[in-house]
Amino acid sequence: MNVLIAITILAPLLAAAAGLAASSSKVRDATTVAGLGAAAAAAVALLVGVADNGTHVARVGSWDPELGIVLVADLFATLVLPVALTIIFVVEIFAIGQRRTAWGANPELAGPLLGVLTAGVSLAMLTGDLFTLFVAFELILVSSYVLITHQGRRSQIRAGMTYVVMNLLSSTLFIFGIAFVYAATGTVNMALLAERVPELSDGVRLGIGAWFLIVFGTKAAIFPLFSWLPDSYPTAPTTITAVFAGLLTKIGIYAMIRFHTLLGMDELGSIMLIIAGATMIIGGLGALAQSDVKRILSFHIISQIGYMLMGLGLFSAAGVTGAILFLVHQMPIKTVLFLVGGLVENDQGTSNLDRSGGLARRRPIIAAFFAISALSLAGLPPFSGFVAKFAVISAGIDAAATPVVAIALLASALTLFSMTKIWLGVFWGSPPEVEVADRVAPGNRATMLAATGIAVAGTLTISLFAGTLFDLSERAADDLRSSTTYISQVAP
Amino acid sequence: MSVALLATVGGLTSVGLYLITARSLSRVILGFSLLGHAGVLALLTAGGPAGAAPIAGVNNEDIANALPQALALTAIVISFGLTLFLLALAGRQHQLSGDDLVEDDLEDQRIARSDTTRADADR
Repeated sequence: MNVLIAITILAPLLAAAAGLAASSSKVRDATTVAGLGAAAAAAVALLVGVADNGTHVARVGSWDPELGIVLVADLFATLVLPVALTIIFVVEIFAIGQRRTAWGANPELAGPLLGVLTAGVSLAMLTGDLFTLFVAFELILVSSYVLITHQGRRSQIRAGMTYVVMNLLSSTLFIFGIAFVYAATGTVNMALLAERVPELSDGVRLGIGAWFLIVFGTKAAIFPLFSWLPDSYPTAPTTITAVFAGLLTKIGIYAMIRFHTLLGMDELGSIMLIIAGATMIIGGLGALAQSDVKRILSFHIISQIGYMLMGLGLFSAAGVTGAILFLVHQMPIKTVLFLVGGLVENDQGTSNLDRSGGLARRRPIIAAFFAISALSLAGLPPFSGFVAKFAVISAGIDAAATPVVAIALLASALTLFSMTKIWLGVFWGSPPEVEVADRVAPGNRATMLAATGIAVAGTLTISLFAGTLFDLSERAADDLRSSTTYISQVAP
Repeated sequence: MSVALLATVGGLTSVGLYLITARSLSRVILGFSLLGHAGVLALLTAGGPAGAAPIAGVNNEDIANALPQALALTAIVISFGLTLFLLALAGRQHQLSGDDLVEDDLEDQRIARSDTTRADADR
């Protein structure tokens, strides 16, 4: 098991190093695919092992948990990790199919940067202490800063600045948060924190909880800390946006679910529910005002974050289960939607609604991919979004949180409405005046379609195995909520 | 916990926060450098009272807490790298537009445009 944990973090890092040293693009692509593939395979093996044998703890250098780094492969981490790593793997295949044409300058950096980002994702999910979580966030963010700005176009520099400054600020707040936590408890290990934080006075305890709600909330783009997202994501190349949309905000929510349940911050539940409601509505309304596929989808990232925060804010077993299930469903769906956006852009040269149309007749496969994932995003049965949304909303009804349930249902309708808007603008109607059908789209369309197809099949698999996934999420939520099991496993 | 250190942390934080609200990117970079220093100082302050250097093998009863120092080192390295990246970003912005000001985002530009059209229509 230790080896599997090491592979998920080290394989992408080594692949990145080898990719930078490689001389030809073929070798570089091959090492990146191998590294990302190995990490994804190891993550799946970890999930199987942990589901059967329970949590596995790796102590790096056999240090005492109070001083050293511990990597904890518990059910929550290993449930989310394979989904995340598979997404990155699929997107890398898509990017190779696109021949990185959307990349402009320095396409050779894309693979290695994606490798570093992957290592950060694995580390963020597996780490058992707060400071390593900070380092993992930095790994992810630094590679994302470069990915979002490295083409150096004016729009990217403008959007990149907002992105970098906002995230840098939240990283600085993270450092301060670690200092507060260390001053109050004398440790940064999550298990020891779970033991010591509940003994603190209410003011200090909730202050720490609220501080980290802001830190992780900025990464997750919750209301009112979301404004950096819809401006910066659409300017990056589509493949990069697909990774960001599927993973980055979700890692903020992941950290929040782990931190706030393990440390028993139930009192923050009501404020979380208010923020969740506002996030859902603002994201949904913001999407309506947009006229570009990528910008509409970016606002939907925000709106969907609200559902996960709602599940967490209920702090009930059913609520946290729903939040985990929603997280697992949302990561592939968001990626698929952006990949479809990439296919559309590749085909017509624009993702603007006013300048596109009639794609359903010319490219029925792309239309089918979009239809499946859009209906799933809106939460219609029998797609994966229905299962996840049902879990969150029924948890809300059980907890008698009527206002937020009503807002959640309204936001669903808004989602469906703006998905219809994309459908009408891009897939129905007549093709745009400018004749683009003859334009030879660069890249290998078959590979791109295959990569998107695999991802769509993945989301359908989630709805097929919804029962198993629900059970696993429930067990993961139980483990998180009863901190005693986590403490006894990590710091006995 | 030393009052002087805490006051320094507070001072650095307030100056840093003031600077990052500026529109010019060079000020923002200075602001983040100060904020980074404040964060590192806060980590050190959290480690408890000062003591002898924590070196293995030297047997001393009142050595300083080594863990926050290790954390602070990591934080320093990260903020150093990011300062360089921000400088590169400011340099690129200077190349493109001749200044290093942060531009309005798309929605702001759109609203500004629609306001002028409305003003034109009124006239």
